[in-house]
Amino acid sequence: MADIMVLINLLALIYIGWFVDWAVKQNKSKVWLFSGLAIIMLVILATLPNYGPIYSYIMLSGILMYLILTVSWTMFSGPTGYISLASAAFFGVGIYTSAILGKDLPVLVVVIIGGLISVVLAAIVGAITLRLRGIYFIVFTFGLVLLISSVLLWYEIKFTGTRGRFIVAASNDTIYYIMLGITVLMFIAAYLIRRSKYGLALQSIGQNEEAAAHMGINVTAVKVAIFSISAIFMGMAGSIMAMKWIYVDPYSAFDPFRSFLPVLMAIFGGMNKFYGPVLGAVILAFLEEKLLTEFPYVYKLGFGIILIAVILYLPGGLVGVVEKVRARIAKGKNALT
Amino acid sequence: MERFLDIVIAGLLLGGLYALIAMGLSLQYGVARVFNIAHGEFIMLGAMTTWTLYTVFNISPLVAIIISGPVAFVLGFIIHRTMFRKLLSSSANQGIFESNSMLASFGLMFVIQNLAFIIWGPEIRAYNYLTETVSIGGALFGARRLVTLAFAIAIGVAFYIFLARTRIGKAIRAAGQDPNTAGLMGVNINWVLALCFGLGAAMAAVAGVLVSMCYPDSAVMGQEYLTVAIIVVVLGGLGSIPGSFIGGFVLGIIGSIVAFYDPGLTMVAYYAIFILLLLIRPKGIMGK
Repeated sequence: MADIMVLINLLALIYIGWFVDWAVKQNKSKVWLFSGLAIIMLVILATLPNYGPIYSYIMLSGILMYLILTVSWTMFSGPTGYISLASAAFFGVGIYTSAILGKDLPVLVVVIIGGLISVVLAAIVGAITLRLRGIYFIVFTFGLVLLISSVLLWYEIKFTGTRGRFIVAASNDTIYYIMLGITVLMFIAAYLIRRSKYGLALQSIGQNEEAAAHMGINVTAVKVAIFSISAIFMGMAGSIMAMKWIYVDPYSAFDPFRSFLPVLMAIFGGMNKFYGPVLGAVILAFLEEKLLTEFPYVYKLGFGIILIAVILYLPGGLVGVVEKVRARIAKGKNALT
Repeated sequence: MERFLDIVIAGLLLGGLYALIAMGLSLQYGVARVFNIAHGEFIMLGAMTTWTLYTVFNISPLVAIIISGPVAFVLGFIIHRTMFRKLLSSSANQGIFESNSMLASFGLMFVIQNLAFIIWGPEIRAYNYLTETVSIGGALFGARRLVTLAFAIAIGVAFYIFLARTRIGKAIRAAGQDPNTAGLMGVNINWVLALCFGLGAAMAAVAGVLVSMCYPDSAVMGQEYLTVAIIVVVLGGLGSIPGSFIGGFVLGIIGSIVAFYDPGLTMVAYYAIFILLLLIRPKGIMGK
C-alpha cells in the first residue's frame, strides 16, 4: 500500500518535471493556463502525510533528497558541461550546519543557514576553479569532499575529542514538508533561470565558451553565480535530512558516492531535457531504496553497470529513448530520418 | 641533522610510491586521453591480490609484482579495446570523448570496488613481510619501504628508457602529441592507445603490491590513492609523464614534512598545495 502511494507521488513529480520543461518554452499566459494539472500534482504531493502511511513519506523524503541533488547538479553541470563532483560537499555542509546550530535555532532557520553557507563555499570554489579548464574543475571538486572530511576529522579528534555529532531530530512530516518545499523552490529557480538571459548565457557557454565570451558574456561570473545557486538547494536538503539521521560523522556526511549518484542519475535520465534528471533520479532512487534492503552488497555494482551501459549505448539516457518513441508514434516510419 | 635526514628519506620512500601511482594515471590521460577514475581501484586490486597470494598461497609479494603487473596490463588492454574504443568511435570530438570516458571510468570504479567488496569483504587486511629494519645514517627504516623505493625508481627509469629509446616508446610519444597524425604516419594507433591504458593499469597494480607491503589495505582504499595520484599529476603537469615522476617525489617530501608535525594534516596539506597550484600555476611543474 505504501508503495502504491509512493509510486503515485513519483509520477506526480515526473509530471511536474515534464511540465517545467514544457513551460520554459511557452509564453507566460499559456503557462498559467495549463498549470492546473501541475498544481493538482503538487497538492497530491503536499497532502501525502494526510492519506499515506508514515513509511510512504519517509521513503519519498529519501527520494526527494536524490531528486534535489540531481536536478540542482544538472542546473549547472547540464548546460555548461562542467561536471561538478562537489554535491556531497554542499550536502555535507548542510548536515554539519544542523549538527552545530540545530540545538539553538528553529528548524527553518537552520535549513536556510545551511543553504547560505553552501552558497559561500560554492562561490569560493567556483571563483578558484571556474576560470580554468573543465578538467581542473572536475578534479578539484572531487577532492573537495575528501578534503573537507579530512579537515573535520582532524578538527574533531584534536579539539572536540569526539568523533561525529548528534543532531536534534525533527518529526518525519516536518522533514517531508521541508524537503518538498526545497524541491518546489528548486523547480521554480530552474524555471526562472532557464527562461532568463542567464539560462541562455549558460547554454552558450556550454556550447562554445570562447564565442560566448566574445559576445560580451561575463563567462566566469555567470558560471560562478549559477554554480552557487545550485548549491543552495543541496545545502538546505542536507540540513533537513540530517535531522532524520540524528548521528553523523565526517566520513558519512561527506561521502563521495553522494557526489557520483546525481551524475549517474542525470545521465541515466538523459541530459537533453529538463525532466530527464527528474526521471532518472526518481527511478534510480526508488530502486536504491528497494535494493538497499534486499541486496546491500551489490547495488554499487548494479549502478556501475547501468552507468557504463548508458554511456556506451544510450547517450541520450531514458529521455533519448522516450523522444525516439514519441517521434516514431507521431511521424510513423519516417520519424528518424 | 639526523631528524632532517629522517624526514627526507621518509619523504623519498613515500614519493617513490606516489610517483609510480601518478605515472600510470598520467600515461592513461596523457596519451590515451582517458581520465581513469578507476585508477585507484587497480591499485587496490594489486594490493588485495597480493594479500591473498601471500596469506593463502604463501607467494612472496615480490613475486606478486611479476604476476600482477602483466595481469593488470591484460585487463587494462581488454577494457580499453572494448569499452573505450567504442566510446572513441561514438564521440564527436576530443572533449566529448574525454568527459564520456571519464564518466565510463566512474562506472568501472563502482563495478571493481563492489566486486572487490564481495570477494574480500569490508575488513582491513594487512600482512607482515620484510619487516626487518635497516639503518641509514643512524635512522632506522623498514626494509620493505626501501624495497618499495628501489622498485619505484627502477620502474620509473626503465619506463623512461622505454619511452625515449625504443620504437614503441616513440610511437607512444607520437600518439601523445597528436593521435591522428601519428596514425597517418603508420602508428597502429588503436593498439598503442590500448597499450598505454594497459601499461597505466599495470603500473597501478604494481604500486598496489608495494603499498600492501607497507600499509594496511581494504576494498575501499582506492579513493584516497586516486586523489593523491590526481594531485601529483596536476603538480607535475597534465600530460607530462616525467612531470608526474618528479611531482610524486616532491609531494612525498612535503607529505613527510607535514607528517612530522601533525600526521592528520597530510591530506589537508596536499590539498592546500593543489589549491595554490590552481591559483598560481595550473600548468604544474612540467606541463605544456
